[in-house]
Amino acid sequence: MSVTPPLTTVRLRVNGREYAQEVPPRLLLSDFLRYRLGLTGTHVGCEHGVCGACTVQLDGEPIRSCLMLAIQADGADVTTVEGLAPGLDRLHPVQEAFRLEHALQCGFCTPGFLMTVTAFLREHPNASDEEIRRELAGHLCRCTGYQNIVRAVRRASLMLTGDSARATPGAAGDAPSAP
Amino acid sequence: MIGARIPRNEDPRLLRGLGCFVDDVNPAGVLHAVCYRSPHAHARLRGIDVSRARAVPGVHLVVTAAELGELNQPGPLLIPHPALTQPRTQRPLAVDEVRYVGETVAFVVADDRYVAEDAAGLIVADYEPLPVVIDAERALATGAPLVHGDVPSNRAARFSQRVGNPDQAFQQAAHVLRERLVIERSCGSPIEGRGVVAEYDPRSGVLRVWTSTQAPLPIKNGLARMFGLPEFQVEVIAPDVGGGFGTKIMLFYPEEVLVPWAAMRLGRPVKWTEDRREHLTAANQERGQIHDVELAVDGDGRILALRDHFIHDGGAYTPYGMVVPIITACQLPGPYRLRNYAVEFEVSYTNKVAVSPYRGAGRPHGAFVMERMIGLVAHTLGLEPAEVRRRNFIQVDEFPWDVGLTFQDGGPTRYDSGNYPAGLEMALERAGFATFRARQAEARHQGRCLGIGIGCYVEGTGIGPYEGAHVRVEPSGRVLVATGLTTQGQGHYTTFAQIVAEALGCDASEVTVITGDTRRFNWGAGTYASRALVTSGNAVHIAAQEVRTKALRIAARLLEASPADLELADGRVRVKGVPGRDLTLGALATVADPIRYAYSKEAADAALRLVKPRSGAVLADGEAPGLEAFGYYAPPQATFASGCHVAIVEVDPGTGEVTLLRYVVQHDCGTIVNPTIVEGQILGGVAQGIGGALYEKIVYDEAGQPLTTTYMDFLMPTAMEIPEIEIVHLETPSPLNPLGIKGVGEAGAIPGPAVLAEAIEDALRPLGVSIREMPLSPNRIRELIERAERSTT
Repeated sequence: MSVTPPLTTVRLRVNGREYAQEVPPRLLLSDFLRYRLGLTGTHVGCEHGVCGACTVQLDGEPIRSCLMLAIQADGADVTTVEGLAPGLDRLHPVQEAFRLEHALQCGFCTPGFLMTVTAFLREHPNASDEEIRRELAGHLCRCTGYQNIVRAVRRASLMLTGDSARATPGAAGDAPSAP
Repeated sequence: MIGARIPRNEDPRLLRGLGCFVDDVNPAGVLHAVCYRSPHAHARLRGIDVSRARAVPGVHLVVTAAELGELNQPGPLLIPHPALTQPRTQRPLAVDEVRYVGETVAFVVADDRYVAEDAAGLIVADYEPLPVVIDAERALATGAPLVHGDVPSNRAARFSQRVGNPDQAFQQAAHVLRERLVIERSCGSPIEGRGVVAEYDPRSGVLRVWTSTQAPLPIKNGLARMFGLPEFQVEVIAPDVGGGFGTKIMLFYPEEVLVPWAAMRLGRPVKWTEDRREHLTAANQERGQIHDVELAVDGDGRILALRDHFIHDGGAYTPYGMVVPIITACQLPGPYRLRNYAVEFEVSYTNKVAVSPYRGAGRPHGAFVMERMIGLVAHTLGLEPAEVRRRNFIQVDEFPWDVGLTFQDGGPTRYDSGNYPAGLEMALERAGFATFRARQAEARHQGRCLGIGIGCYVEGTGIGPYEGAHVRVEPSGRVLVATGLTTQGQGHYTTFAQIVAEALGCDASEVTVITGDTRRFNWGAGTYASRALVTSGNAVHIAAQEVRTKALRIAARLLEASPADLELADGRVRVKGVPGRDLTLGALATVADPIRYAYSKEAADAALRLVKPRSGAVLADGEAPGLEAFGYYAPPQATFASGCHVAIVEVDPGTGEVTLLRYVVQHDCGTIVNPTIVEGQILGGVAQGIGGALYEKIVYDEAGQPLTTTYMDFLMPTAMEIPEIEIVHLETPSPLNPLGIKGVGEAGAIPGPAVLAEAIEDALRPLGVSIREMPLSPNRIRELIERAERSTT
């Protein structure tokens, strides 16, 4: 017989906003974000930590929100895909690069990729293709075959490091590029 | 606009996390459902006790077959066929027997999914295990356990087709080559699983269902029939769908009946979201065929005849009839002149989840068989595999080429256009074939195993029956397009917009496309079989051309010019060569709706020109208001796309690991609307083809327990496994449709197993390894090497 455990208070910051809620201890962070906060941009693809679709940043580090309880995030600063773009009229450079390189098709796995890639490029602004591929290997995409995601990450790294000549739309080899 | 590489209209929303997938739909007060599924592959269900589950606080409903009553009918046989003599379809809830692990037995609805899972865990069913049959060939043998007690020998269907006189041709053959070729079971596995949300509004009597389907209109009409509602009181929405790959073309999955039923019964919205284990056990799968093939060739390697008998693993039910094996049979000949061909297949029942089309839909199997035989001819005669292909290709002047078989849609398997010889040479050149053999020899000297493989295919795409589109220009100048099919990532919001933009001279970003919502468009079938752009795209084109004609007619009147002197560009209709004499599409849309209220200055200016003395009605006889049109396109038959892939691999004979050094794709899908999107489709397909060749395999043990129920076991490739893919385009437009389009959705996935089989075999040629099966894990490659070593010593 199921027992109803006592509710626990979780206080955390998500995309710069403070939240305090009473939650069952077993509530997953992914379900908390999606159902309690309505942040449905964080997607759930496997619920066992392989596909990476549910990736969010916890204190700046990409983590699998399906493998973590909401109460474990108590006191944390969480960023989800909804918190990436600087404004309604502008995308984050990584988002922009994904768009320019056709790095998404159905878009379901995309938020997870974005959360990993934005954190990765902070640490590795000049990553090689091999390093990029190794980092992306923690995520599954069934639509793109990854090639355009690799290109997007490379392009985003150029945009973020200010190599605008090679990163800006309209430059040689303009987006979306042909394979 | 057609042919332009533009970024997609749908992306900003998806990139911001503002997509709306089924599990993102949360009507107020929504309850959550969980399926209780059979843990046995085959068992008699003697009883079920749900009392403890019902007692869990927060549980609203626990339903078994008994409570479902009349609604619990076997699902529809979607595509009947005279040769399918023993069709069987699944009921939403099992009644007295379960036939595969994962079959739905009971359905629990609770406040949230956690509570529903708790309750489902308290259901106790009394099963009497029955003998299990897993192997599709053994299922047909005498004395095999029966999946359905009333289906003798587990044989659902036996079907044969014949072209020419193969038996006679075999007698004249210089060589007769025989092989047994096996392709294992796999599945589509979109990253978004399936999901259904339903709500019933007693005020309007409307049942509204969100489901992650590829075919919302057939679901709507079917639900109306099941629930005794008028079709106009059922609304089905496939919102953003996170990949389909055929898995979501199945209808009806049990949950698509159970969720709406529960919502009506409870008067509350109900949601069910599939988890990954459910997907890998209870969502339809595919591949899974065993071929015994014989090929007759003359002394020069020209194919005289082919005979093939194959067994198709149907799983426990046959909702999709024989579609997959018919496609295999029809597409096996590929781009080759095959004038004498006999093919027979049997569909067997096994204690596994049902089979329905998965990207490629029978074609990867057919291409694997044909291309393996081409490789065998080359080896037997000491020819280059490319040369054997050259000697057997259908030539450019031989179109239309009638294969002579009835295709899956009942139409002819008649190739409309193509250029197979050129395609092969393009791919070989790009892959550097001219220097490869020297490089290979040098590598062999160093003890390294390099190999090259080729895979050619022809794909029937764009089948009917038809699709439609509604195109409307708004007074804002924005254009709205609605179609009956769905989108699962193919970029329809952009390609359809480009087709409209081409016709109306506006920017594609000004065009909003709506798919998958039966409230917006009531006619059509869905997105499957590489048909969306062919059928719906042409319907959009036809509707947009009618809008264009009307815009020109109205503008001619307002601008006092002949329609022939007008042009459409920059969102305007203008008099050629007369700057300033123009009207925006928005202004024309305003005028086209003569209700006298102009909401903008520009529209008012345009409308003022109409205020002239007039007699009679504001709408001419037979004229409709608005700048809009409906268009429909029904293809006369399938249009046949084609392609050739070339892979260069290195195999480590010590570990069996395969490294892809080059992978070149030549493809031909007729007119290309957006090359970036076409390439994206191909890249994703190739990744699935590579996955199907090297990694992805659904495994059941002898008791029928699925062993690949997580992503740790069902291995889909990551960015580390998929190399850079090089693509070369060839465009031979289809003569069958106005835009000259052929489908491309499935193309990339088709030749993967064929290409890699030839490449791996070529790499391991010095070791005498033959590749007769797919997929191939490193372990399996090691086994084949060891077997070859034993047979030569």
